[in-house]
Order: sequence, then C-alpha cells, then structure tokens
Amino acid sequence: MKRIYLDYAATTPTHPEVVKAMLPYFTDAFGNPSSLYSYGQESKGAIEKARVEVAKLIGARDEEIVFTSGGTGADNFAIKGVAFANENKGNHLITSSIEHYAVIEASKFLGKKGFKVTYLPVDEYGLVDPGDVKKAITNKTILISVMHANNEMGTIEPIAEIGKIASEEGIPFHVDAVQTVGHIPVDVNGLEVNLLSMSGHKLYGPKGVGALYIRKGTKLVPFMHGGDQERSRRAGTENVPGIVGFGKAAEIAQQEVDKEAEHLSYLRDKFIKGILRQIDHAHLNGHPSRRLPNNVNVSVDFVEGESMLLNLDLEGICTSTGSACSSSSLEPSHVLLAMGFSHEKAHGSLRLTLGKWTTDQEIERVLEVLPKIVANLRSMSPLLKSNI
Amino acid sequence: MGDMDSLYSKKVMEHFKNPRNVGEIENPDGIGHVGNPVCGDIMELYIKVNNGTIVDAKFKTFGCGAAIATSSMVTEMVKGKSVEEALEISNRAVAEALGGLPPIKMHCSVLAEEALKSAIDDYLNKSKGR
Repeated sequence: MKRIYLDYAATTPTHPEVVKAMLPYFTDAFGNPSSLYSYGQESKGAIEKARVEVAKLIGARDEEIVFTSGGTGADNFAIKGVAFANENKGNHLITSSIEHYAVIEASKFLGKKGFKVTYLPVDEYGLVDPGDVKKAITNKTILISVMHANNEMGTIEPIAEIGKIASEEGIPFHVDAVQTVGHIPVDVNGLEVNLLSMSGHKLYGPKGVGALYIRKGTKLVPFMHGGDQERSRRAGTENVPGIVGFGKAAEIAQQEVDKEAEHLSYLRDKFIKGILRQIDHAHLNGHPSRRLPNNVNVSVDFVEGESMLLNLDLEGICTSTGSACSSSSLEPSHVLLAMGFSHEKAHGSLRLTLGKWTTDQEIERVLEVLPKIVANLRSMSPLLKSNI
Repeated sequence: MGDMDSLYSKKVMEHFKNPRNVGEIENPDGIGHVGNPVCGDIMELYIKVNNGTIVDAKFKTFGCGAAIATSSMVTEMVKGKSVEEALEISNRAVAEALGGLPPIKMHCSVLAEEALKSAIDDYLNKSKGR
C-alpha cells in the first residue's frame, strides 16, 4: 500500500539534496571544527556556510544565528536565557496559552523559580490580541514570547504588531517560528523580533538541529556551559552534518518558499472545501485566512479523533489529532481548550498537514476514504441519535 | 510490520476493524450507559436475557480504538453466560482477551466492565419490578 503522508507539521522527510550535502561530513570531512588542522577547518567552514544560509532565510546577520539541537532547544535557550540574564531588572514574562510545550513548560519551570508568567488568552480562531499584550506589560516585564503560527491550528499570529509594541517598550521579544520558517516569508527586522526559534526537520532538513536567532545586543545567559563553540553561548562539539543539512534546507527554502506556499494554499483550500462539502457536521478549526499554507484542521461531530486517525492509518494515510484519547494525560489539547472548544469538539479534531510532495491525487484519495470512515464510525456512535 | 510498530495488539486492531455486535437491541432487558464527553469515551451496552442467560449483547461506542475494541470484546464474552457469570467479568479479563492494552488505555477496559455491570443492574432492577 502506498503511504500518504499528511503530517508535515510533525516532521518532514529530509530533502534528497540535503542528504547529499550532509553525507561527506560523516566520513571524509569528519573533523572537529575546533581543531586547527585542515580537517577541522573544513568542518568549521561548512558550519559558517550553513550559518550564512540560515541567516539569509530570515533576514538576519550570520553572527546572530546560534545552532541548537532543535526547536525545543532554541525555545528553552531563549526563555530561560533571557529570564536569568534579566533577573535584576524584573521577574515578569508574557506568553500565550497556545504555545508549543517547549515554551509553556519552560515558562512553568520559571514560574516555580519565582518568576511571574502571564498566559494570554486567544480568540475562537486562536489569535492573540496585541492589545492584550500591551495591557499585560508591567515595569517588571523582561520577556514577551508569542509563536509565529500555531502548530495545531495553523493560525498565524499578529507578530509584527506585537513586535512593534515590544520594541516601543524596550522589552525583548521571542518568537517560536518553528512552523513558519521555510514555509512563509519570515523577516526578523520587519517583525521586530529579538529572538526567533527554528527547527531543521520542519523544513526538509534533518532532525536534531535547529537554531536561535539572537539580535545583536540581546542579553541572555549561555544555554550550555563548556567550550567556546557558538561564541560560548551553546557549548559542545557542533552537530556538523546536521548543521550542514539545515543550511542546505535553508538554501533550498529561499528559492522555493513563495512558490511552495502558493501551491500548498491552493491544495489546502481545495482540501478544506472537499471535506466540508462531503461530510456534514464537519467544521474548520482555526482561522479561515490567517492560516499556514499547509494546515487543514477540522472537527467532525459524533466521531472521536483517534478512531478516525487509526482508520486512516489502515488506509496508509498519516494524520494527527488533538483528542484526549491520543495523549498520555487523557486531556484534550491545551490549544483547543484555550480556543474555547467543548470537549466533544476537541475529541473530534483531525489535523492534516501538507508538504512539498503532496499531490492532488493524494488529497482526492483522502476525500474518497474519509467520508466512508466517518459514516462507519457514526453508525456505531451513541451520540448521533441524541443530537440529530 | 513487527509488533513494536503498532500502538495496539493485533487482536485489538482486529476488533477495531471488524467490531462485533454493533448496534442496538429492540426492547432490551438491560441497558448500560457509561462515560461522558469530557473523558472522551461513551459506551452504550444492550443485553437480552432469557432464563437468566444473556442470549444477545450489542453496543454503541464513541471513543478511541481501545474503546471500540473493548466494547466489541465484552459483548462477545457475555453471550451465553449466566447473569452471575457475566458479573464476574473484570476489566483485566477483557484487556487480556484482547492481547493486552497500552497502560494509558486500560481505562477503556474499565469502562467496558462498567457498561456491562450497568446493563446487568438495569436488568436486575427491571426484573425485580415485574
């Protein structure tokens, strides 16, 4: 059975060109970048070349890029790094209630260490109100952190507006851009951000590598203590093949981001229309237009998400759900609950995320299979008779 | 695919793909209704009893793969059993009959046991009134 992969927001396959670029750095060019002989300096050169490509992708200067182990590493570095570097100035952080766990849990950790954290609410589409950010600021606020686009809903936040507020108030602004970099244009100057997290494997690069953009002059404590790698901000021998791969992925993204976003937006809208037309009592979740080009998220009434996911998996179709049944906590996704979803609606959510290699045929196949799966599950659902 | 590649056992997936006894029984002798939308699983279990023996059982379930599979399995297990024997079916027995459940899904087998007990309670209450 041919697999249909529709979970690109979870991870992307590594681009063949990226794999090709990485391979020599496992074998022939294996040197430690800190070594002074030519082997080492070849590796160092490769890292610096990758740094230039990653910087270019977001309109940054190369010395403002620090490589990390991934998006979670970058988020932790930004949140804790800024908090601990500014303890003498204040103890208040502002973030949203729909952030990725890397930001939420890092913030909760700081909450236990004596910091005060404001978790901003979102509206029914998952949007943060920049006015709420402004209202939450106190003279103790040392960091604002809001994600560029939500990983579950695909809702794109008003980052430029929030960036303007943060900049006027002189408060460092961190943006988790793991879902957007390489997928829509991102410019750190236009958005007025001080820190921005990225992940390699979300843009056709390898897993285990990411980066944090740190605007020159932003104060933060090192993430790892040790050698002087990454200008002493993130010690440890560099993941050379990973960084080279991330650089290559960034280079490809610069060329393809506009075209890909246009193509995926077309497929996404066709997909959403098809689902809503063919399945009654199905609803689009998230914002109808301020939305990632590759994100489809729907709730299907009277049906539970995991049972849809499993049936799709039996047909070779890979998807994701925010249902409680799929989480170890048995709580529905914090994002859905923050958006004011009822538990029933949260349990019936299904996320399908498209990518570079998604085809019209694949979407048509899902549109053929999904309505049958829903009909079958509804035929055994005790919720149906009491609601229709 | 090896066993490690799948969240559920083969038996669970078999019952999930082809659930037995889906539906309602007309004029049932007992109905069990358990679970709620907050926890994400709702089960309805119907039984038909003849001379103290459960002769038919059917279910309707809203829930995950494990919820559907445990519902299917428990209806299979009770058929042909006396009411007293059926009351002794534990959630562990249902889970074992399915080749085991992931630890976080054991609550689904608890729900199946509760659905069965609730249907039998309903039957016993009704027969007392007769």
